[in-house]
Parts: sequence; structure tokens; C-alpha cells
Amino acid sequence: MGILEVKDVGKRFGGLQALGDVNLSVKENTCHAIIGPNGAGKSTLLNCLVGKLIPDTGSVMFDGNSVLGRSPHEINQMGISRVFQTPEIFGDLTVMENMMIPLFAKRDGAYRLHAIESVQAEKGLIQQAEEMLAEVNMLDKREMHSASMSRGDKRRLEMAMCLVQDPKLLLLDEPTAGMARADTNNTIDLLKEIKEKRDITIAIIEHDMHVVFSLADRITVLAQGTPLVEDTPENIKGHPKVQEAYLGETQQV
Amino acid sequence: MDVFLTQILNGLDKGSAYALIALGLTLIFGTLGVVNFAHGALFMIGAFCSVFLQRLLNLSYETVDPTKTDFLGNPAVIKTPYVESWFGPEMGAAIIDWSVPLAVLFAIPIMIAIGFIMERGLIKHFYKREHADQILVTFGLAIVLQEVIKAVYGANPIQTPAPDALSGVAVLAEGVVYPVWRIVYFFFSVVVIGAVFAFLQFTTFGMVVRAGMADRETVGLLGIDIDKRFTLMFGLAAAVAGLAGVMYGPINAPNYHMGMDFLVLSFVVVVVGGMGSLPGAVAAGFLLGILESFASMTAVTDIIPGINQIIIYLVAIIILLVRPRGLMGRKGVME
Amino acid sequence: MLGLGKKDASLLLVVVALTMLAPFILNPFPSDSGMAQFNAGYPDLMQRFVIFGIFAIGFNILFGLTGYLSFGHAAFLGVGSYSAVWMFKLLSMNILPAIILSVIIAGLFSLLIGWVSLRRTGIYFSILTLAFAQMSFALAYSVLTPLTNGETGLQVTLDDPRILGVSATADGSIPVTNLFGLEMRSAYDMIVGPWTFTFSVGYYVCAIVMIAAFYLSIRIFRSPFGMMLRAIKSNQTRMNYTGLNPKPYTLAAFVISGMYAGLAGGLMASMDPLAGAERMQWTASGEVVLMTILGGVGTLIGPILGAGMIKYFENIFSKINDGVLHTWFSFLPDGIENFMVAVIHPFVGKGWHLTLGLIFMLVVTFLPGGLVEGGQRIAKALRKKDKDDDGKSPSTEPAE
Repeated sequence: MGILEVKDVGKRFGGLQALGDVNLSVKENTCHAIIGPNGAGKSTLLNCLVGKLIPDTGSVMFDGNSVLGRSPHEINQMGISRVFQTPEIFGDLTVMENMMIPLFAKRDGAYRLHAIESVQAEKGLIQQAEEMLAEVNMLDKREMHSASMSRGDKRRLEMAMCLVQDPKLLLLDEPTAGMARADTNNTIDLLKEIKEKRDITIAIIEHDMHVVFSLADRITVLAQGTPLVEDTPENIKGHPKVQEAYLGETQQV
Repeated sequence: MDVFLTQILNGLDKGSAYALIALGLTLIFGTLGVVNFAHGALFMIGAFCSVFLQRLLNLSYETVDPTKTDFLGNPAVIKTPYVESWFGPEMGAAIIDWSVPLAVLFAIPIMIAIGFIMERGLIKHFYKREHADQILVTFGLAIVLQEVIKAVYGANPIQTPAPDALSGVAVLAEGVVYPVWRIVYFFFSVVVIGAVFAFLQFTTFGMVVRAGMADRETVGLLGIDIDKRFTLMFGLAAAVAGLAGVMYGPINAPNYHMGMDFLVLSFVVVVVGGMGSLPGAVAAGFLLGILESFASMTAVTDIIPGINQIIIYLVAIIILLVRPRGLMGRKGVME
Repeated sequence: MLGLGKKDASLLLVVVALTMLAPFILNPFPSDSGMAQFNAGYPDLMQRFVIFGIFAIGFNILFGLTGYLSFGHAAFLGVGSYSAVWMFKLLSMNILPAIILSVIIAGLFSLLIGWVSLRRTGIYFSILTLAFAQMSFALAYSVLTPLTNGETGLQVTLDDPRILGVSATADGSIPVTNLFGLEMRSAYDMIVGPWTFTFSVGYYVCAIVMIAAFYLSIRIFRSPFGMMLRAIKSNQTRMNYTGLNPKPYTLAAFVISGMYAGLAGGLMASMDPLAGAERMQWTASGEVVLMTILGGVGTLIGPILGAGMIKYFENIFSKINDGVLHTWFSFLPDGIENFMVAVIHPFVGKGWHLTLGLIFMLVVTFLPGGLVEGGQRIAKALRKKDKDDDGKSPSTEPAE
């Protein structure tokens, strides 16, 4: 039984069957990659996991509870954090403030009217935030206006904001899209480190095979809204169906 | 039955004005993505175009008629408008009498020019700014425009009568009597609305505009010079609002704050119709106008006093709660 | 100090000093000089400064922090005024219960309107609040006449019950508003040489309330709640995916700012016990937006500056008539004098709104951060100039 269980999930947009009977099981403390050509339904699937979309059929269970019908903030409170394709951070706020918000969310829940207390008085949370920033090598940027940072820094900040909440499941939506090789390698190193140091389950959607094969323990290949195969990276590499899905019709069956 | 008919007719003239203003607002919002709080001021300026023309046509020279005396026994001073001396007394008097309809011709170029100046001079700098900034700067502009008109024409309403031939009442059915000018106004607005829709439907320009309203980014990618079209669009919207104002003069004497009064309601109309939907704006305009007129019936106000003053807002709030996109709003527009 | 950082504490002290010494600061000209008309140190105007300051501080908590632009906040101010006057009519002329009721009623009213309006964002939100405010205006103006006394406005009369007070004083007049016997309209004139300084009880009551309101707003700005509000303005998507529900935060901000408006309305009625529907009109809502923008949206001190500026210039500009202009330009030759007067005439006196509209457009276009940003820019430019001078001076000086 995995920590995330997706059963028979289907989703239609008008006449388009975006997802059809997707089954997926992500084991605890593993890194599970979901790959597939453009339009395979990867993003739709991800959006069904975090409450942005509600599937037409099927069920999504996380840690024994259904996520269906819950809003994104409730799902986050269950222990799922999400990193976006283009980093979503609080651009008007400083790096440190960006870190404090997830910490407050983790401690105080989805809403609390703490209008009189001072942020500066929260020494414990500040320390946690600083430790996390140190871990991603951003402590020197703590007072920086986050919108003015480079894309790579924004990505690292977003990752740190997710990790500081100590989630059970981290969802990564093409975390290296549009990155230079060096930045990509840094991200891979960062993720490897996270995997080693923490008890965390990672589900990743990625185009870059180099990233996928460096990180993933298991890979699901999605094509036209249905899973083609699920296997270990070694077996996926040579799998004919995968090549077919990526390269189109081949004679080699 | 007659009561119903009368109420529907009563609602049509206000509804026509709402529809025309809302149409312009939607055009600007749909194509340019700008929320124009100065649109009511354009309606008001239109109304003052007819005031201006009326005063211009009434410019007179004075002659002394020694054969007549006024009540003090002095020789009478007779004012003769220049138009009467140029075109002869009868023709001249007719021109003056028809100054409001004539102002339509005069207002079109003026309103288009004002629209161009507004867009080039101010609005274009705000395309990339937040909606709040657009609201604020056009709100400031609306204050300025209305104060300028107030400084020139004073704070009191100025009568702009309809031509004699169109100012009586018509008997439409037994027991249904209705001012002719209001019927004229309704048909006029139908023609203007029809013209705008035809323009959008049958010209290349209109096609680009409609495409732009559906998906702005894609049209931008096609390499079409959107900027020039935006300016034209703004001129067109200004002209529509201006025309609505010119012809409204005989129904309600123009005053400097009529724009603001109509603006708030027109916004409500746009929201009820569905932001970005032209048919929605027109339909909601007439619908709310008629609804308001029904709410003003004494039979209704006896039960709920003052309901006519708040009915439009109430409907808008209810619609936004049950159908957040408005009556004909499309998905993805301003959400 | 008081749980504030050093910078905030000194800002608070500056505001305290300015408001407490306002009767001096705003009366720089001797009372018999020609410039005396530019004095602003009389109670009525000073009260308006601080009352609108409170209104703008509260509005800034919503607009400045969350970015939700409400065009209907005057409705809450109006509701506050009506509540206070009803308290004066029914209970007593003591302002304390009146103000408390104003804040509570305005809070409830803003909870209702906020709950509906906040279901939408952006421009829809602005239009919804606008619609609500206009509806409230229409209600107050005609529909709810028994409660609001319609066009005439609600006033205290001799036949009011006033359970804890008296309907009429011994000499048969309407009692005046007071705080446990301290009358709001009483004042003390201090005459120093040619100057006259007026210290009014009403002003100091308002000023103390404003300082408290300002202090509270600093605490809100520096609190986790304030940070959440700024986060909502910055990125609602990230907010949701961080496990936070933006709705109750924005609603709380809306209600808090509504209560500030109610407080301002209650104070307004306490200084002059009447309430009219025109206080709720959307132009009045526009005015508080102008104040906040002019001073500096999202800054602490901005709204107070903006409110002070607008109320001051409204007062001064409205007083300048052609006669005043002619005396100003009398040193010029007649032709030029008349020309100058003709040029300036449309912008002063009754033309104050024209000036206001122009200033507003200029500020939104060129100085979106308002006066505070303007001040910062000037300070920056001066500092840079200083540095340049320092750098240059050694080389330009002849070596000895």
C-alpha cells in the first residue's frame, strides 16, 4: 500500500479524454517519476492530486484519506507540497518573509487571526527558517526582495518553502524546465540531498530524462491519458512501448 | 395589459442609455483590458455637444427696430440668430429647432477625437499596469472632465429640447400614451447598436477585434498592429457613449454629474451581462432598465417603498452570487 | 517600546508630537495678518484631519496590504455616524457608548458586505463594493427614512428620550456631546502676542483616538496577519498551495477596515451630532481612496499624510477667490495680473475638485507610491548628491 494511491482516475474536458483510468501507487520514501510526451495528461493528473481539478471518476487517497473535493490549502495541510513549473513565490516579500509564511501555515493551520503579535517575536520559527535557508545556500539572501532574484534562486526558494513545512509528499512539476545545464545539475544535487537526509516521498513530472534517471526509483510512463508501463528506471530505458510513445510508431515490436 | 406595455416602454429609454454605455465599456474592456471609469464622462460630454451646438446656432446679432418699442418705451432690440440671416428665417429656425439631432453629426468626429486623445495621451500608458491603477487614473480623469464641464457650463442642468415635430406624445394603443422622443431614442439606440455589431461582424477590423476579445495574446502573436486598432476601438467606444449622451438631452436636461450617475449603473449592467460579452451588455442594459421601470410602479412602491432605487443593485448582487460570470459571460474572462 | 521596533516607535512618537502640537504647528501666522486665512489650527478643521486620518489608516489596511480596492467604504463611515446619532437620541450624549456602537454596527455591516463582495476578486470586487455603497446610499436617502430621516439627515432634537441623560437642558436647549461631562465643543484660547492658539477638547479626543488607531495599525502591519495580507496581494496561488485559506484573512482585513471607518463616522457624529446620507455616496468613498493613494498606499504614515493634505488644501483652496488672487498678483502690471488671475481662477475656489482630480491623475501616473515615495526619492537624490560632492571636493580644491 503506497502513501499515494490513485485508482481509476478519469477526467474529460469537453470532448477530450485527458485522463482515462489512471492507476498509480507511490510508495513511501521513494521518488516516483511520471513521464510522457506532451499532452499525455501529466499536468492534469498532478492538478487532480492537489485539488485544482476534481476527477470525473476514480479516487485519490493520500495517507489513508481521500483528497477529492478538498481545496488546495486543505490538501497542503494534509502534508502535500507542490513546486510549480514556473516558481510561485511571494514576489513582493523578502526571502525571509517567504520562508516564514509556510512555517506559520504549518504551525497555525489554514487561518488564524494573529494580528497583534509581532513576527519578529517568533524566534523559534525564525531559526527554523534560517536553518532551511542555510541548507539551500541562501542565507546571505535573506533580506532580498524575492522578485528581483534569478530564476534559479527563485526555484531554490520555492523548494525551501515547501521543504520547511516538512511535507510527507513533495510534488515537483518539471522543476528544471527552462534551466541551464549547470542549474539543472544543481537542482538534481539538491533533490538527491533532500532524499537522503529526510523521510520524504517525491513525485516528479519531468521531460528531462537525465533528471528522471538520476533521481527516480520508479517511473510511470503516461501516454494519451493512460499509464503505459510502470517499472524501475533500468527496465524503462529499454522498454519498446516507451520508445513507441516517445518516437511514434516503430517497426521494432 | 396597458400598464405592462407602458412600463416596458418607460424602461426602454433608460435601458437604451445603459445598453449604449455598457456596450462601449465592454468594447474597451474586452479589447484593451482596461476598466474605464471615465466612460460616464464621455456620455456626459456627448450630451454637452448638443448644448454647445444649440448655443452656437443661437448666436445672434442685435438690430434696433425703431417701429416697435419694448414695455419701457425704448426702441425694441431684436436678436436675430446668424443662421436665420444666412439661410432665411424659416430654414434658420428649423436648423435651430433640430439642433439635437444635428448635434449627432457634430458629435461623432468630436467624440472620436476625444477618444483618440484619451487613449494616446493617457490610457495607453496603463495597459500593463494593475487594474486598480487603471480604475484610479480613469476615476481621476472622470473628475477632471466633469469639473471642466462644470466650470464652462455651470452646475445647473441646461435644457436641450427635442425638435417640435418630435416632442409631442404618441398614442400607441388605447390608453398607452408615450412621448415621441423616447421612441426616437429607442430606435436610435437600436440603430447604433446594430451598426456596432455589423461593424464587428462584417469588417476585417471587426474580425480582428472579436478575435482579440476572445484571445488577446494570440492576436498579438499574429503580428497585427494591435496598437492602432486599440486607438480606433477607443474612439469608437467614445463615439457610442457620446451619441447616447447627445440624444439623451431632451429626456433629461444635461448636467455635469450625469456621467457619474450613469457610470455606476452601467458598470452594474456590464457585470450582470457578463464582463466581455457584447450581447450580454446590451441585453442586461434593456433588462435592467425595464426592471427598474417596473419597480417604480406605484403598486410596487406601495408594498416596498423605494425598491425602484435599489432594485438594480439587488439584482446585480444576486446574479453575481448565483452566476458569477454574469448572464452571458464566458469562462476565463477576468477570473 | 510598546512591542514596536525602533523605527516604528520613533514614527509613532513623531505622529504623537505632531498631533499633540497641531494647534501650534497649524497656526503659524498671527491672527490679524493677511496670511491668517492659511492657518488651519481651528478645531473644526483639525478634527477633520484626524478623523479622516483614521478613515484612511483603516482603508489602507485593506487596500494597502491586500490590494483589494473597495469603492464602498464611505458606507461604513455613514453607518457609524447614524449609529452614534441614534445613541445620542436614545441613550445619552456621552460619546463613549455612541462610538462603541458605531464600531460594532459598522463591523457587522462590513462583515455582511465583505462576505458577499469577497466572493469575487479584482475589478468585480471593486464594482460589487461600489454597488453596495450606492445601494446603502439609496437606502439611507429614501427607503429607510424612518431610521435615517432621509434627505434632511438625522439630528438630535428636544423630544429625544435619552434614557440616561436629559432630553433638554435647564435652559431648554439640546444638550451637547460630552465624555463623562467633558464637553466636546469646549475650548481654551491661548493668546501669545499676536497669535491665538485654540485647544479644543473635541480635537484632543479625536487625536488620542487616532494615535491609538495608528498604533494598532503598526501592530497589524508587523504581525503575522499583516504578512499574510501582503502575501495575498503578492501571490494567491502560492498562498493556497502553502496551506493557507486567503478568504478569512481578506474578510478579516475588510471588517477591520470597516470598523475603522465606523470609528471615524462615530467620531464625526460626536463632534457634530448629525448624520446625512451624502456621507455614504461613492464620491466619498473615492475621497478616501485618493487620500490613501496620495499619501502612499501600503505605507504606515501615508494615509495620515494624504488625509491631512487633502483636507488642508480643500479648505485653503476653497477660500481663494478672485479677490485674493488679485491681491497676490497686484505687483504685476494690470494686463498680466488679470491674465494670471484668469489662469489660476478655474483651479481654486469652487474649482478645487478640478485641482484634486489633476493631482490624483499625476500621482497615479508618475508617483504610484504617493508622497512617501516622493519623499524617499528626494532623500535618495540628496544623499547621492552629498556623496558626489564629497567625492569631488578633494580634487577640485587646489593643492597647497
